[in-house]
Amino acid sequence: MRGMKPYLAIFSARFRMMLQYRAAAIAGLWTQIFFGMVMIMTYEAFYHSTHQPEPMSFAQLASYVWLGQAFLALLPWNADLEVTAMVRSGAVAYELCRPIDLYNLWFMRAMAWRTAPTVLRVVPMTLLAMFGLPLIGLGAWRLHPPTPAGGAAFAGAMICAVLLSSAITTLLNIILIWTISANGPVVMLIALVTLFSGMVIPLPLFPDWSQPILMALPFAGLVDLPYRIYVGKIAPGGVPDVMLRQLLWTAALVLLGRWLLKRGMRRVVVQGG
Amino acid sequence: MNELGLYFRYIGVSIRGQLQYRVSFVLYALGHGLITFVEFLGILALFHRFGQLRGWTLPETAVFYGIANMTMAISDAFARGFDVFGNMVKAGDFDRLLVRPRSTVVQLMGQELTLRRVGRFAQGAAVLAWGLHSLHLAWSLATAILLIDAVAGGVCLLTGIWVLQATSAFWTTESLEVWNAFTYGGAFMSQYPVTIYRPWFRQFFTFVIPLACVNYFPVLAILHREDPLGSPEAFQWLAPLAGVAFLMVALQVWKFGVRRYRSTGS
Amino acid sequence: MPPQIVVENLVKTYRIAERAPGLWGSVKGLVSRRYREVRALDGISFSIGAGELVGYIGPNGAGKSTTVKALSGILVPDSGRCEVRGRVPWRQRVEHVAEIGVVFGQRTQLWWDLPVVESFELLRDIYRVPLARYRSASHELIGLLDLEPLLDVPVRQLSLGQRMRCDLAAALLHEPPVLFLDEPTIGLDAVSKLAVRDFIRQLSRGRGVTVILTTHDMDDFEALCDRVIVIASGRVLCDGSLADLRARVSRERWLTVDLADDEEVSDPQATVVRREGHRLCLGFDPLEVSPAELIARITARHAVRDLFVENPPIETIVARLYAATEPANAPEETVCAE
Repeated sequence: MRGMKPYLAIFSARFRMMLQYRAAAIAGLWTQIFFGMVMIMTYEAFYHSTHQPEPMSFAQLASYVWLGQAFLALLPWNADLEVTAMVRSGAVAYELCRPIDLYNLWFMRAMAWRTAPTVLRVVPMTLLAMFGLPLIGLGAWRLHPPTPAGGAAFAGAMICAVLLSSAITTLLNIILIWTISANGPVVMLIALVTLFSGMVIPLPLFPDWSQPILMALPFAGLVDLPYRIYVGKIAPGGVPDVMLRQLLWTAALVLLGRWLLKRGMRRVVVQGG
Repeated sequence: MNELGLYFRYIGVSIRGQLQYRVSFVLYALGHGLITFVEFLGILALFHRFGQLRGWTLPETAVFYGIANMTMAISDAFARGFDVFGNMVKAGDFDRLLVRPRSTVVQLMGQELTLRRVGRFAQGAAVLAWGLHSLHLAWSLATAILLIDAVAGGVCLLTGIWVLQATSAFWTTESLEVWNAFTYGGAFMSQYPVTIYRPWFRQFFTFVIPLACVNYFPVLAILHREDPLGSPEAFQWLAPLAGVAFLMVALQVWKFGVRRYRSTGS
Repeated sequence: MPPQIVVENLVKTYRIAERAPGLWGSVKGLVSRRYREVRALDGISFSIGAGELVGYIGPNGAGKSTTVKALSGILVPDSGRCEVRGRVPWRQRVEHVAEIGVVFGQRTQLWWDLPVVESFELLRDIYRVPLARYRSASHELIGLLDLEPLLDVPVRQLSLGQRMRCDLAAALLHEPPVLFLDEPTIGLDAVSKLAVRDFIRQLSRGRGVTVILTTHDMDDFEALCDRVIVIASGRVLCDGSLADLRARVSRERWLTVDLADDEEVSDPQATVVRREGHRLCLGFDPLEVSPAELIARITARHAVRDLFVENPPIETIVARLYAATEPANAPEETVCAE
């Protein structure tokens, strides 16, 4: 475990730095509540028009939406710009001279980059969505508390989701080393990640024929699968399967990322960049 | 050179700067288009499952969606100077604008015209065209005028919200994000006809921040549809003027903010 | 001729919100705020005629930038009178600002990504300069400041010295009769400093531009300014020529000798100000003992390789002036000379 020390230190330093952005977090809270309410109203309107049984109940849908807002920062929707700037300016030479693995370093940074803003939002968002909404008469829209088993399973799945998201973020950073024109394709990737993770609409609401494809992709493990565990759509028995999927995809993306990084660094060093 | 001429001069400079990186720009615009288009893919999936939305069909919703996105794209591109004004005040760079014998509004609007928003505009226009085509609505002069009417009113309204956001930076530069609920959030909720929302929500966005006036009402006229809320057609044509009025009020508040900035110092 | 710039009893107070530290402090801050009042300007008065080159010095926080902001029309003071070329700067901002040039030392007004010449042309449009006058003005400025090789370079690629020269030109493209320079030589290398000083001197003597120069660099002062206004804590401490400033603070002159041997030196009518190895600096009052007499005495008793007599550097003078008025018990606004 001693080998982990420098990585933990990096994570902790980044994490604490990002906790500074408190005022912005509070302001962002209001915006997220707004978006959440609009989304729930939209589903309310759709559900009003239908009388068939649906893949998810309205209450489950509302919880799903609020979870999405609470954990929004966990989604790999941006890359760590400091890293790409470092590579372009050549300051990455400092990092290469240090006795730590560059990929692990970036992975730790990505993890802090994802988790620190999340911690700032999760607690207030959850409190407001769970207890604040009933107070103003919008109890039907609330984030429903989970069952104890569901909650514990959810926690486990979210830890795996953090790892998966960090792996994807690190991969995005690595892709951005190659060229400044990569900005466009990276944004396109992010668009697809957003869609296929379940952030736009929950995956079960997509057409039935698309379900196998969506489950085959890695992104379901970021948002949809853990949230379905929370609302009870996935029974505790199915949880190990979910977590295994998440971890396997994480491992695959880590290997891909390491490979790309090695090739990318070789190129950077050769160019003297 | 008068104020309008100066504005175009500024914009020319901004555009040339962005087009320097042509390949990167095209890819970025495409990326921006895709990331905004995924919203519509979600809407498609929902209509595929539910069939209709409180009496509204998919093609009709597509028209609302298209106009909301086209309006947002244009406003976002034009009002960028106001969007990032918080940074300018923090850095103390606003004095630089005050030392020039020109209107601060023209100088701020001329700061940048973010061209890559054309990605969002293009996908919005495509969805709009598809919607109109699916409804078998013939293109007529009336439709064109209503479209321009709605988009112009919407651009005025959204720009007005950004002006208010920038004005609030004179008091505090910390919590400017709250306004995102009305700009990005407003564009988000305009994708759907406003009748699907709860009454109190709808009323706020009709009378306080009149997003419904620049989208919902004129689109009703385009669709030749009876308004479930019972508004007369004349109102539907004139409603976008509310956006213009909003901008006028916002600019007055801006002037007040500048006066206060000059009295209290930075 | 009537003075071009008139400032009478300007007062400006800032209210600064006090923030308690930490998260709890921020939350408390949302509910109640405590304010601290800072008197940036406490009755500043002076008048400047056309073509004068005035140095405006003071310690940090003395009110220098506040004065410049008020004179530029950016800031509205709480009370007092101010007129520049017959106009009240903050009341007629647009007309006033069209006739002044401002250079802020650390911030450039040029467009970061554009070549220098394009910034100039954009400014021409902003200031509505007729084409013929722009051509002749820019031609002259480019020549005087040696900007020809820089014209097509984007501003972000210029060195600090190059950028400052471009900023100076930019501020003068519309040929303003009044120029405010806020720390123009800060951070510049020696060559650029000299070039900038030469240019400013030419502007004032050759073309009659009224220049107000705020700076911390005392060499700038001695090289350029005929007239100096010293301010501290929002009040004018001294307003007159450099010689007057010296005379007011101290008549002291310094005799610096380079000794052949490392030995003790003392004289009843001189005090050792500084000693660095073989170099010794003695301060004396020329009314008590003449320089010639002191030199004769020192050289008689010690082997001296080299010597020279000078005024104490202006830093020392100014520091003494600040110190003398530090217990800020209403130092009266003083005028050193008519």
